[in-house]
Amino acid sequence: MKARVHVMLKNGVLDPQGEAVRHALGSLGFEGVSGVRQGKVIELDLADGTSEATITQMCEKLLANTVIESYKVEVL
Amino acid sequence: MRAAVVVFPGSNCDRDMAVALKAAGADVTMVWHKDASLPDGVDLVAVPGGFSFGDYLRCGAIAAQSPICHAVVAHANRGGYVLGVCNGFQVLTETGLLPGALMRNSGLKFICKAVDLKVETSDSAFTEGYNAGDIVAYPVAHHDGNYTVDDDTLSQLRDANRIAFTYCENLNGSVADIAGVLSENRRVLGMMPHPERAVDTGHGGTDGQALFRGLLAQFATA
Repeated sequence: MKARVHVMLKNGVLDPQGEAVRHALGSLGFEGVSGVRQGKVIELDLADGTSEATITQMCEKLLANTVIESYKVEVL
Repeated sequence: MRAAVVVFPGSNCDRDMAVALKAAGADVTMVWHKDASLPDGVDLVAVPGGFSFGDYLRCGAIAAQSPICHAVVAHANRGGYVLGVCNGFQVLTETGLLPGALMRNSGLKFICKAVDLKVETSDSAFTEGYNAGDIVAYPVAHHDGNYTVDDDTLSQLRDANRIAFTYCENLNGSVADIAGVLSENRRVLGMMPHPERAVDTGHGGTDGQALFRGLLAQFATA
């Protein structure tokens, strides 16, 4: 089985890289981009039957830093 | 004082740290990230700067899960002293020994220069060689030194006088100009600037000496 973990900075945490991307889009002539948030997508190849609780533990212990990041698990 | 310096793949300030500790009089052992325990009788563990595990995933995240870090956390929980500098600070926040997180510098650039810091408290073994309010110059060399904490935690840090150093001029976006913070028991210090790179006249400054000497003096009188 596969799972995909989306890791994003929490709302309210400033994202300097996203801001730089937003500026770059503006300088390329794309108008109206009022915000860019950059995150990570992590794909996991897992043994069949791995529980969602186990994947959540992976996120809590390593994949996301919950001080600044939120995560979402998608089992494929 | 017996000190251990942790070495991860990608550490690059480990030997500087060992030299600074030895110069101050410590008996220093290097420990490898795969070691599951610290040498007997270690008083201080230093987690040095560098780019442990290539900064993959997040700076310090993979190092924080290494076998030696479980021993470092146990050492701190027993009341042992821990000093984390630069990547070492990132590792300590990732282990949860220190609050907050270090994000990409707000200007997105790697910053490598000497900066002025204000010593915010002399109430710790690390800073008792200074007076609160002293201005000291330490080098910084980091890309991810933008210290972030939520407002509640910031209030707790302020109320308990746990902010050890601040930047005289904010250079990386850190909340409240924070350059270094102490644990609740004041025995774990994490900081982005490098005291170990300011201990020899050849470094261009010796403001870091007081940190190591103060720490050693703590154990001489104990």
